[in-house]
Amino acid sequence: MSTIALHDEHNHDHADHGHHKETLISKYIFSMDHKMIAKQFLITGIIMAVIAMGLSILFRIQLAWPDQNFPFLETFLGKWAEGGRIKPDFYLALVTIHGTIMVFFVLTAGLSGTFSNLLIPLQIGARDMASPFLNMLSYWFFFMACVIMMSSFFIQTGPASGGWTVYPPLSVVAKAMPGSGLGMTLWLISMVLFVASSLMGGINYVSTILNMRTKGMDLWKMPLPIWAFFLTAILGILSFPVLVAGVVLMVFDRSFGTSFYLSDIVMGTDILPNEGGSPILWQHLFWFLGHPEVYIVIMPALGISSEVISVNARKPIFGYHAMVYSLIGITVLSFIVWGHHMFVTGMNPLLGGVFMITTLIIAVPSAVKTFNYLATLWRGNIRFTPAMLFAIGLVSFFISGGLTGIFLGNASLDINLHDTYFVVAHFHLVMGSAAIFGMLAGVYHWFPRMFGRMMNAKLGYLHFWLTFIAAYLVFFPLHFLGLDGVPRRYYAFTEFEFMKKWLTVNVFVTWAAIMAALAQVAFLFNFFYSIFKGKVAPQNPWEANTLEWTAPVEHLHGNWPGEIPTVYRWPYDYSKPGHDADFIPQTVPFSQTMSSNLPHDFEGNEEAEKIQQDWELANPVTENKR
Amino acid sequence: MSLRKFITNKTTAALAVLITAFANTSVFAQDAAAGAAAAPKVDMGEVYKSVIFYILVFLAVCLFIAIIGKAIKVYELSREAQGKPVGINWNRVHASLFALFLVIGLYGVYWEYTVHGSMLLPDAASEHGKKIDRMFNLTLIITTIVFIATHILLFGFSYIYKYSAKRKAYYYPHNNTIEKIWTIVPALVLTVLVLMGFLTWRSIFFKVEDPNNKPLQIEVTSEQFKWSIRYPGADGIVGKKNYKLTTATNTLGIDFKDVNSRDDEMADEMVLPVGKPVKLILTSKDVIHSFYMPHFRVQLNTVPGMRTVFEFTPTKTTAEMQQETNDPNFNYLFLCAKICGSGHYNMQKVVRVVSEAEYKTWIAEQKTYLNDDLRKQFNLPVAPAPVKSEADSAAKDSAAVKTNQMALNK
Repeated sequence: MSTIALHDEHNHDHADHGHHKETLISKYIFSMDHKMIAKQFLITGIIMAVIAMGLSILFRIQLAWPDQNFPFLETFLGKWAEGGRIKPDFYLALVTIHGTIMVFFVLTAGLSGTFSNLLIPLQIGARDMASPFLNMLSYWFFFMACVIMMSSFFIQTGPASGGWTVYPPLSVVAKAMPGSGLGMTLWLISMVLFVASSLMGGINYVSTILNMRTKGMDLWKMPLPIWAFFLTAILGILSFPVLVAGVVLMVFDRSFGTSFYLSDIVMGTDILPNEGGSPILWQHLFWFLGHPEVYIVIMPALGISSEVISVNARKPIFGYHAMVYSLIGITVLSFIVWGHHMFVTGMNPLLGGVFMITTLIIAVPSAVKTFNYLATLWRGNIRFTPAMLFAIGLVSFFISGGLTGIFLGNASLDINLHDTYFVVAHFHLVMGSAAIFGMLAGVYHWFPRMFGRMMNAKLGYLHFWLTFIAAYLVFFPLHFLGLDGVPRRYYAFTEFEFMKKWLTVNVFVTWAAIMAALAQVAFLFNFFYSIFKGKVAPQNPWEANTLEWTAPVEHLHGNWPGEIPTVYRWPYDYSKPGHDADFIPQTVPFSQTMSSNLPHDFEGNEEAEKIQQDWELANPVTENKR
Repeated sequence: MSLRKFITNKTTAALAVLITAFANTSVFAQDAAAGAAAAPKVDMGEVYKSVIFYILVFLAVCLFIAIIGKAIKVYELSREAQGKPVGINWNRVHASLFALFLVIGLYGVYWEYTVHGSMLLPDAASEHGKKIDRMFNLTLIITTIVFIATHILLFGFSYIYKYSAKRKAYYYPHNNTIEKIWTIVPALVLTVLVLMGFLTWRSIFFKVEDPNNKPLQIEVTSEQFKWSIRYPGADGIVGKKNYKLTTATNTLGIDFKDVNSRDDEMADEMVLPVGKPVKLILTSKDVIHSFYMPHFRVQLNTVPGMRTVFEFTPTKTTAEMQQETNDPNFNYLFLCAKICGSGHYNMQKVVRVVSEAEYKTWIAEQKTYLNDDLRKQFNLPVAPAPVKSEADSAAKDSAAVKTNQMALNK
């Protein structure tokens, strides 16, 4: 709590042109202001996303034209693409690093890091995070993790290439593949730093939300993004340490000759001395994080889209409590479903049955969320801002990708679908595209809050339609490859007769992927141009209810000059009958909206209800209140 | 930015100069090309491969988009200047686009289901596979209905409830009855799917062995990047292995001290008698691989230090499948489905399902793993007698092996 007091004083200093001067370094680099840290996370996330997208285009080119040479590849990649053809080992490195960057650096840090940092203090009414210093460290650990991960492209043996799940023994035995040498060590170091960053962030988010809400902001008055960030942070705090434990054991196995994950291994005729470990142990540890991780990725996106959909449909989110309870349900269930990644690893089949039951239960809260989104749109008054377009796109992807999850969660169907393109299509829709769309919706929606300027809406429209269509063109056909039994992570489809019929589909998918990638240029240009040249944002551009839009457009450390506003109502009073405007900000007390108050609003406060009744008697119902 | 400002803007002017220059050069280039075209045809292959070509195309597209953007802006500004309502109602545009997307999307889904849907694996060629296929079809029907219904609602609502300044949205924060319904209905549907899936799963992995129809044991060992198959020989039991015994001659580390190992046979392809249960014993030498036989709906990882077991019964011979798929070159196969290194994409072996009689002739021709070198290594007497006579009856064959075994046991 001392931090709050400190910042309060700090603010008073500002009034009489304080002595505390911000230097370039303290403002832009080692900043402890949550808004600046959010921007740092966002821009780093965007850069990493562009890199990972570039990697995906490289391996898509290889998949589409496996027997053609592309001299420019050799120019960029040197010996990894001798003669203009990507080598198999490097292909695996590409898919590995693409997955790692996208899952951890873009959709975890880039999404949670950006919006938790930006929105938690602003939406709950706090001057900053509970621990701004920890917050700064969190970014810098993340940044170091990114640098180390990228540095593995500049070493002799190349980056880690055992897949983003880095299953041992492939990733532990250096002889198994070139990427399991130094590249894998860098991967592990990077991951430890990343987890540290993520924990510092998560602890900060949880303590800020629990302790620093403004007056009147009880838990059930928090906007849904805050609920999502809160539960995401809890998930991260409970699951990431398990990954670190697994990673440390792997470091021991790789560097100090222990046998946690190794046993009975013969490379060619070379018998390794390791005995007594089990590769399956890693899979348990990894997926104990890995499955919550996919909810860490999607829940903030769902929270953001709840807010964006409600604001732009000009309608309260349908079933606010159900939305929160379904998030809580997902949070709890996500800890007991990890085994569905391991149905065919030879794990005891009895466990497979149990994990199938828990996995399919998790579809229920997800279905509730989807139906609530649809009910929110029903009889709304929908403004198609770019953010809203992306939020609708998210709902579409969440449905399409979620439904295929019912196939994969079913252990007996998973036998034939496991590790095929069906899985690739499934998770790219439900956690890839959906989470990216949630992130983009957030960027378009809160850009005015972040940079005080508006993004160009028309470029946003173009960006949305190209990306939305291209994403479906890329991922929808891939389901069918999987149903035909084409395994993922294949360098080329040329060696199997039955895969040759999919080569033309691969060409099509690659062109669609290139189109999706080029569409992002519209976003990148819009984003960076608008930071400097965009139209100056008004105070509340989307006419939203939440607190962040009451803070001044000009950023100041501490968010609000003077007192932090008090909150009187829930955040979703849109189009309330009896009120002249179609939104009532959270800071407006019920005494100012007598014409629109409902009995439910007073939560059983008899005195308030009496006052309301008296007022209604004095002001007979007019046509307005219908 | 007003139009006048746009024209006087320096950067715009510079851009205009560049564009003119670019246009001129391309005109010249066209002239040159036209000149060349008069003679032989220009080979465009190199052009399509050069990165610069694509960058230029992309820049041209960007320029085109920028021009359209400016045109829209000019149109809107002129509407504004004349005091007319806003030029383009973007809400209506997007609502219509969503409606259009719904229609085209539904057709696209139909096209995918029929065209790509007809390129998939043929019906399962194993007993449990049929159950999996049934389960799959049921799930597919349910999910397709939900998929289409929810998308019609999503894009339909987007179209119908587009913004209008005259309207106010319907304040409808919650309805507990509706929410209960759409919690319980999915829960019920999923209960059905879970139960069916659970029963299918149990029937695949918890089999009661029929003493009269004992499964044929086959061991498959994976390594980077090949498979080794071991048939059990006449005793019907695949013998023990110990990875520490691996040598250049004994690549699988078979322990020949175990009697059951001595008659184990090697094979280049997997040949299975139709209608007879097969018990696959899967192991790995180096890293994790995944034994995947898509046509039989069989997949299980091979894990070093672990034996995994999958039991199934093939129901269609290769010849029957060739007829069914109308493809005389059709072959069953198994392949690797778990990332295992640079050769991951080409780890396959052919599977032949044949009649019982064909199987017997084939198995009689296979060689044992145990050879004279290994006999010396394991201090076993080098048996002079032929391991396999060309006996045509199986009984005689196994008797021969028995005597052979006795000889070895001495």
